[in-house]
Amino acid sequence: MLETVQTPSKPFEAVHTPVRKNYFNEKQGILSWLLTTDHKRIGILYTASVTAFFFIGGFFALLMRLELLSPRTYLVSPETYNKLFTMHGIIMVWFFLIPSIPNTLGNFFLPMVLGAKDLAFPKLNLLSWYVFMLGGIIAVYTLIRGGVDTGWTFYTPFSTTYSTTYVVAAAVGIMISGFSSIITGINFIATIHRMRAPGMTWFRMPIFVWSHYATSIIFVLATPVLAITLMMVAVERIFQVGIFDPALGGDPVLFQHMFWFYSHPAVYIMVLPAMAVVSEIIPVFSRKPLFGYKAVAFSSMAIASIGFLVWGHHMFVAGQSVYSSMAFSLMTYFVAVPSAIKVFNWAATMYRGSISWDTPMLYAVGFVGLFSIGGMTGLFLSALGLDVHVTDTYFVIAHFHYIMVGGTVMAYLGGVHYWWPKISGKMYPEFIAKISAITVFLGFNLTFFPQFVLGYLGMPRRYAAYPEEFQMLNVLSTAGASILGVGYVLPLFYLLWSWKYGKVAPENPWRAPGLEWKTPSPPPTHNFEVTPTVSGLPYDFEAQKEELNLV
Amino acid sequence: MLTRLRLLPDSASSVSGEVNFFFFLMVLVCGTVALAIAVFIIYCGFRYRRRHPNAMGAQVRYNVPVEVAWTVIPLLLFMGMFAWGAKLYFDIERPPNNAIELFAVGKQWMWKIQHPEGQREINELHIPVGRPVRLTMTSEDAIHSFFVPAFRTKQDVLPGRYTTTWFEATKPGKYHLFCAEYCGAKHSGMIGYVYAMTPRDYQTWLTEGAPEGSLASTGEKYFHQFGCANCHHFNEQGRCPNLRGLYNRPVQISTGQTVIADESYIRESIMAPDAKVVYGFDAIMPNFTGVISEEKIVALIAYIKALGPQPGTQQPSSSGTSPKEYGAQPGIAGPGATSNSGSYVEKR
Repeated sequence: MLETVQTPSKPFEAVHTPVRKNYFNEKQGILSWLLTTDHKRIGILYTASVTAFFFIGGFFALLMRLELLSPRTYLVSPETYNKLFTMHGIIMVWFFLIPSIPNTLGNFFLPMVLGAKDLAFPKLNLLSWYVFMLGGIIAVYTLIRGGVDTGWTFYTPFSTTYSTTYVVAAAVGIMISGFSSIITGINFIATIHRMRAPGMTWFRMPIFVWSHYATSIIFVLATPVLAITLMMVAVERIFQVGIFDPALGGDPVLFQHMFWFYSHPAVYIMVLPAMAVVSEIIPVFSRKPLFGYKAVAFSSMAIASIGFLVWGHHMFVAGQSVYSSMAFSLMTYFVAVPSAIKVFNWAATMYRGSISWDTPMLYAVGFVGLFSIGGMTGLFLSALGLDVHVTDTYFVIAHFHYIMVGGTVMAYLGGVHYWWPKISGKMYPEFIAKISAITVFLGFNLTFFPQFVLGYLGMPRRYAAYPEEFQMLNVLSTAGASILGVGYVLPLFYLLWSWKYGKVAPENPWRAPGLEWKTPSPPPTHNFEVTPTVSGLPYDFEAQKEELNLV
Repeated sequence: MLTRLRLLPDSASSVSGEVNFFFFLMVLVCGTVALAIAVFIIYCGFRYRRRHPNAMGAQVRYNVPVEVAWTVIPLLLFMGMFAWGAKLYFDIERPPNNAIELFAVGKQWMWKIQHPEGQREINELHIPVGRPVRLTMTSEDAIHSFFVPAFRTKQDVLPGRYTTTWFEATKPGKYHLFCAEYCGAKHSGMIGYVYAMTPRDYQTWLTEGAPEGSLASTGEKYFHQFGCANCHHFNEQGRCPNLRGLYNRPVQISTGQTVIADESYIRESIMAPDAKVVYGFDAIMPNFTGVISEEKIVALIAYIKALGPQPGTQQPSSSGTSPKEYGAQPGIAGPGATSNSGSYVEKR
């Protein structure tokens, strides 16, 4: 594609020049990384950390899927199985999904798409990584000591009274990592308000920024509630203060209210940044402005605000009044509208575009498909009368994996490929990358689609053993998981390989209009040699067509 | 039957048909939309694929009528789903008046069922088809959840309070009973079967069981064993309220509020007697927390329910219309005496 255009002065062509100074090679040595305040380097630190956590969490998933090959327990004891799904959930939710996009791609690119030199508080940014790692190390320590068996949801009074595992240690680890979310949220909000390039008004910001803004608001408002809740669990467990256990005078359902008040918005923490990434990829690979920009921007904000009013939909059979359930069901349908709007806008962006099926686009379109299925099965779960049957079954497992794995992880991988030339200065190998994107998509569906069927059949979640009639579907799911695993391991290898041996990446390989592409790859330490100014709308191919050599 | 590959669960209750219908209609609607999106994206991906490396797409940014349409139409669809879901939920949650009343106690890791006739079962539940069955449930430890997929019902079972669920089996058969709320090591072993039987078989089962006595008569034993009878007299005014005719009637308590004396209230009055003291009585009853098990409380409640009306009063109507206020002194109605009635009633 690139060879046909022979204009070497253009920024989207690879030119072999002596190695420039950039953020990556300007300083050397381990201390230059551990003490860095460069948002790009911190983004790399976070990427390395969450990748490690992802494979730890994935390893637990692998063991669970192997155990579920048989209706009877054969590989691990039920106690171990319970610890496996608990640690899988804790690691994946708090140490992979929540930081996955905002702290890696967000950290790296939020200042760049805004035309800024760094985040508003570079030292706080580094602090957030240390806080995150402290929480993560405590969680891993908990694991080594023998793990936790409460489920990632820590439901009381099981967690406070009946579990004999390391509940408090795990809760402390999660609570500490929560502070890194809060710090990141404050940093992003301040950056978006104060650090925009000259001329970048609110409605000239890419959707990447809007979605991260919405995410940051949730970080700041919801995470403290999680900290309080987990602290109360620890206090009840250690000091026998009656908060949640009725035997001590507490209320077990109170815990669920407090937990889901954080944990439902947390789902949007996981998916809004994914929407941010996809909203960048689809326009670039369609060479068309994002359709319905304002609707997409406002729907991010609507998701962030209405998302705070739907927590009770996790509790339709928990003993709350039928009228509360009705209110929460209604709000849940309201929050589904902005998500639907986004899906239609992404699809409409492709209409009459100039579409190129590079790896990032494969991931982005895969995201749209899987997120749609995840979202639509959410409509089943919000329907009160249906939820009674399918809640706490594999239907729920399949639903939220379609959102979090089909959605967030696809978008994350899409984003990593899309910005890889900018991050590393090298091109990834396109062919094998496409193969692995397709492998992930197929493996994912084979893993999780049978689980919808299992759920409607009535197979409860968190079962180490199950009736024989569920076996065939479980075997299919495990087969899918092994394919999915291959799809996840491949990028780890070829991306690292390409960092050293890949083709040198041009400044703007995709001919994207965003500011982050108007600086060398990899970027210099201060991002831009000259502070950019913004004079037009985002995704403006028309205005930049000379510069991008488009017709 | 149970061992071959299945794609659909049994459908064996009065609500399961509607749940199935709603579910598959949702599959149809959502599946059509999902397919339409997929076809559209694949079509665009092929029709508008990049034909020249420098080609740009049509620079269209928005289209207000289209955007309004795809905001409003989903919203209307969603409101329909909401309304149907809510209607179905009310059907699933609210038991009819003529239900057989059973008790279930969940504990790590078993289900204990008690029938009014005195039968006790563990991890099994025998019920007749064609009659609604209401289960009043509590847990001795963690939260459990009573889940019968074939009936499409599920209800969390909480420690320290009662929750209820109901179902009417329509097809005789053996159906899975699962615990659906994670409750510890052997959570996946907290399973059993529901046996839905023809009324005739059910009668046979009831008589074959030959328990020592009905649940109420067991309750009567406990009523004496725990010393309840020393203060709660039936024919004369004791130091404590007369319990005859108490069940499901409004009770005026010392704060002036009125509560319905349902299972939850009676349980609370045993486990935390000071919480809602009947108007006109002193809070002298000892606290039985830790003294009496959930199963014995269930028997006591069955006994109190079986006591029947006070001599000279009418059988209380099930809806509680115009009942004589229990415990209220003649001519004394506390402020707001009836304004809060029902506020204590558990969800059902």
